[in-house]
Amino acid sequence: MRFHQTTLDNGLEVIAELNDDAHSIAAGFFVKAGSRDEAADVAGVSHFLEHMTFKGTTSRDALAVNFDFDRVGAKHNAQTSEEDTFYHFTSLPEYLPKAFDVLADILRPTLREEDFETEKKVIIEEILMYMDNPMSVAYEAAKAAHFAGHPLGNSILGTVESITALKADQMRAYFGGRYSPSNIVLGFAGKGNWDELVNLASSHCGAWTGGGAPARLAEPVRGARAFQSILREEDQQETIVGVGDGPPLESDDRYAAHLLATILGDHANSRLYWALIDPGHADGAELSYQDYNQAGGFYTFMSCEPDEAQANLGRIADVYRRAMAEGVSDQELTRAKNKVLARSVLRSERPMGRLATLGFNWVYRRDHMSLEREMEAYSSVSVNQIRRLLDEWPLWPMTIIAVGPATDLHAPE
Amino acid sequence: MPASSATIHQHEYPNGLVLVAEEMPSVRSAAFTLLLPAGAAYEAAEELKVGGGAASMVCEWIARGAGTRDSRAMLEALDDLGVGHSESAQTVHASLAAATIGANLIPALELFADMAIRPRLDDREVEPIRALALQTLRSLDDDPASKVIYELRQRHFPSPWGRPSPGSADEVARTTPNELRTFRRAAHRPNGAILGVAGDLDWPRLRDEVGRLFGEWAAQPEPTLVERPSGPRVDHINRETQQIQIAMALPAAPVASDDYYPARAAAAILGGYSSARLFTEVREKRGLCYSVYASYEAQLGRGAMICHAGTSVERAQETLDVMLAELRRLGEKGVGAEELDTMRAGLKSSLIMAQESSMSRSSALAADWYFLGRVRPLTEIAAALDALTPEMVADYARRSLNLDDLTILTLGPNPLTVRLPG
Repeated sequence: MRFHQTTLDNGLEVIAELNDDAHSIAAGFFVKAGSRDEAADVAGVSHFLEHMTFKGTTSRDALAVNFDFDRVGAKHNAQTSEEDTFYHFTSLPEYLPKAFDVLADILRPTLREEDFETEKKVIIEEILMYMDNPMSVAYEAAKAAHFAGHPLGNSILGTVESITALKADQMRAYFGGRYSPSNIVLGFAGKGNWDELVNLASSHCGAWTGGGAPARLAEPVRGARAFQSILREEDQQETIVGVGDGPPLESDDRYAAHLLATILGDHANSRLYWALIDPGHADGAELSYQDYNQAGGFYTFMSCEPDEAQANLGRIADVYRRAMAEGVSDQELTRAKNKVLARSVLRSERPMGRLATLGFNWVYRRDHMSLEREMEAYSSVSVNQIRRLLDEWPLWPMTIIAVGPATDLHAPE
Repeated sequence: MPASSATIHQHEYPNGLVLVAEEMPSVRSAAFTLLLPAGAAYEAAEELKVGGGAASMVCEWIARGAGTRDSRAMLEALDDLGVGHSESAQTVHASLAAATIGANLIPALELFADMAIRPRLDDREVEPIRALALQTLRSLDDDPASKVIYELRQRHFPSPWGRPSPGSADEVARTTPNELRTFRRAAHRPNGAILGVAGDLDWPRLRDEVGRLFGEWAAQPEPTLVERPSGPRVDHINRETQQIQIAMALPAAPVASDDYYPARAAAAILGGYSSARLFTEVREKRGLCYSVYASYEAQLGRGAMICHAGTSVERAQETLDVMLAELRRLGEKGVGAEELDTMRAGLKSSLIMAQESSMSRSSALAADWYFLGRVRPLTEIAAALDALTPEMVADYARRSLNLDDLTILTLGPNPLTVRLPG
């Protein structure tokens, strides 16, 4: 495994973690632009822009973009989160130049008016699709309630109203502010040659222009610990999302936070599993940790029969209160480490599995987090560190959103 | 294409269990997939006749304590070995799958041998398992895109080959522990079972250890399945959702057939990637939906092409009409040389990239053995793809894509009009 890094004259940073044993190479642009960067009048523009980049450039229309990726067998996609837009593909090493030609091209899209109006319909269909999914509805509502006015509570997709009202000029202005080369990191992982990658980056991205990196207002936030019940009579199950505060991505506590979430809420053999799933009280109960720029969240996800929801909220409260009072045991921590380390090894065997970790670590920490260092970071977490984490970031009380047919739910005592 | 045939091994044990394995020099992990002839279809066997959902409930039950370990000790042992795992039933098979680092492969197999041969089957676990199964069914009802595909398969494939593994609420509610035991005894058997293993492994040791761990598992008679017609061919499920789900199925060539590669090509060119016809015509040109695809599905001696789209009420009729027109066009006009090259590039890349994942290789090994009684080397698949011509795909499409054979199911606030083009 070899790590390389350089910065082009226009400010675009290029990083690579190369591995001769890989069969493929993954490439991706990490753009520091997400829903937290949006003003209210452009809600959903980051995600809509992600779609629009695939709609064409001065040299390719939308059909050519899709075709030029597919004809070299490149598996391509993009994701928008609260803080990043990530464009990526995986291809065989011999097809990297052709696939990269498309990926770099679309990062300078034309944003044509006609495509904008067609794609608007697709975005609205995507919003409607998620409205048919109770967990998505609960997750969106939980973030909005918890972060109450802080930009992290913004919806990634926006609403049917905000997307309908959005103008192409507003998107162009947003693009101009956020897609400057100094606000983007280009990453590669897998089988490749560093000099060739630098040449590819220079020839395709060297002429990109744009201002300096835009400032992001990343204010620390403590959540509202709100309670809200959203009635959906047509649902069969009650779906609950909880949010508590956690350490930010700048903190070294993020490894301890991930292990704590694994001990308390992994999908199997966690405390929530034994309290809720094993006895058949719920068909889903998990806790996960999500880190953000200057903020963090512990997310609880639960699905159960509506009649059981109130009792299950009490059971979750018991699990979290007990953890806060007693901490976790050495044995639990060792098991969680085994589980997390094995997953890291398995995930890292695919170049795409390495690329995201590699890129986001560089974007926010300017740090090469190799698999070995990541494993060391998990291995060195102690029960005392988790004890301190629980004191600093209490899991209970938390913001709770319930979605479904139950009508008389209330926050547990 | 890298030649990998040299690293594929196979062995059949006296009780009928087949082991297929592949050494993958570039990975540190090892994964296995144990396919048991114990999917939901076998619930309908003449000798068994147990309720829908039993196959899934049994998979949950065997993981809740086996050999010397109770439920908690079993999950702890798996965690101690860093084993990611799943135990689930589909329509044809029950599948026990696991992945961990190579050094822990044999200890992990020991735990799964206990689950397969010596589950504790404690009666006290049945009520929690039933509660989970009932909730899984309710959650599926809240997930229209998944629900419509289960319901489509049930209408399209002859019974019992479309049986949904989650079962039905009234049958899950009635199933007794003894029925579950009877089902397990008959269906969790070595004859008909296939163990696919891939990754960082030592073949002679693996072959001997699997013999030691699974050798005493006793063969059982094959249950009798009787095929019966299903349907209806055109149907609608009423739901107050935002979107209408549109799902279609057409018969396609089976894996062992000479038409297999043309069938895979036809499905991929119709809806397998972002420049495929459905995505281009339905989403890119008309903006009718977010999700639309076509895919190939195989059963033994049978294949199907499944198409799906989810779209809002006012755009659903046009979406359905465009999808049907594209099916028609594929049958009448075939495919172009460029489209075929694209399909080839995608499939070949996927095959090579699968060499980076022990999990996907282990399930591919087991599936190949099930369908063909052997494992196709990657070189053979690559050669078959290279030999494909647009004429072969067009000829296949003309013979096979008959819209009269379609099963169409919609789910949403209102039914659509099925207008078969031409």
